Amino acid sequence: MTDAALTPSQTAGPYLEIGLIGGPISSRLVDESDPRAIRLSGALLDGAREPVPDGLIEIWQANAAGRYAHPADAREELPVEEGFTGFGRSATDAAGRFALVTVKPGRVPWADGRLQAPHLLVGVFARGLLKRVATRMYFPDEETANAEDPVLLGLAPEERATLIAREDGGLLRFDIVLQGPGQTTFFAV
Amino acid sequence: MQPETAIGRVADAALTEVDPPLDYPDYVGTRLRAPKSPLVLVPSSLSELTGPVFGDGPLGETDADLTRQHPGEPLGERIVVSGRVLGSDGKPLPRQLVEIWQANAAGRYRHAVDTHAAPLDPNFTGWGRCLTDDDGSYRFTTVLPGAYPWGNHPNAWRPKHIHFSLFGRAFTERLITQMYFPGDPLFPFDPIFNSIRDESARRRLVSTFDLELTRPDWALGFRFDIVLGGREATPLEEPHDD
Repeated sequence: MTDAALTPSQTAGPYLEIGLIGGPISSRLVDESDPRAIRLSGALLDGAREPVPDGLIEIWQANAAGRYAHPADAREELPVEEGFTGFGRSATDAAGRFALVTVKPGRVPWADGRLQAPHLLVGVFARGLLKRVATRMYFPDEETANAEDPVLLGLAPEERATLIAREDGGLLRFDIVLQGPGQTTFFAV
Repeated sequence: MQPETAIGRVADAALTEVDPPLDYPDYVGTRLRAPKSPLVLVPSSLSELTGPVFGDGPLGETDADLTRQHPGEPLGERIVVSGRVLGSDGKPLPRQLVEIWQANAAGRYRHAVDTHAAPLDPNFTGWGRCLTDDDGSYRFTTVLPGAYPWGNHPNAWRPKHIHFSLFGRAFTERLITQMYFPGDPLFPFDPIFNSIRDESARRRLVSTFDLELTRPDWALGFRFDIVLGGREATPLEEPHDD
């Protein structure tokens, strides 16, 4: 297993913006003028359905061709896009809202070689979360790919429903519910 | 379905060998925010085994020196905080982005939400970032943060701490944590620190005073090494109940 003892997690607390916003990591993975740009927005909600105003949403994804900007993705036949890191973050505002601009990723293989549907990995930090919680976001216009996605296939319908964003007047809307009825499905990663 | 690609469920309470549980009511902020449903356990794919790479991210000259980001020097006890970022195999992780934030020497954050009746310091914002070098080392110059009260319970005070954000080599290794200072009398009373069940794991968040890092006539040195690895490790048979 592990040789060195891992460093434990602690909450990011209510002041995470001081350290995590305004640096080199942006909420715009591509320019809004990019014809492929998708505007992604949602609200982070607690167990009373109240907005979480001090949270941070992070996304990690492949590029439009389905390649990760990381040395472990050695599929040379797929293009790397100069300047596309695949990573972005947005703090939540007083209404719990976050907003990101990105592109829809291509399909990438799962652990057994089957193709996954286009998806983002999503990490959530906030005061009151002693460690990151992680989920996945899928796309509403990918019904065929979603129907054969190996992760979605392993979930109950009500769990699956929490992971699929919805089209909302030119925005892609993805609310994240931390607790209670309709809780977003979270993953152990 | 083959076992290695099975999708399972795991109670978060069984994943507390290193990390705190999500559900920890002594820390009041968890009560309406901690997810209660079991977590979905999926085998890692390329999605989880990759993560952001910041090897040449643009950083400014004073980003790692929190005492030089304003025209004047901040008040407080100047300190150097340094250490190594390592993988779970013990190997150094070079070119890692390290982000920190903290209260000023009086225990006040430069943030609209912080209303603690302690002074702001016009010469201190409280953020820093740097990249680790070839042997995984990072180094910040800052001031010793103050302890501060919070509303969690009567007479609740947070031990002095600096927030750290790290990425590792994969999405699974992402970590946000807090570094503490040796001998803090507030440790026994802090539910955030004590949310980590294992005492040796808690101790790993306490920096050590280091005379070699200490700069004569200038600043005390504190060492804080960080080990990053995937959290999906084998769940314990039963949650601890201590």
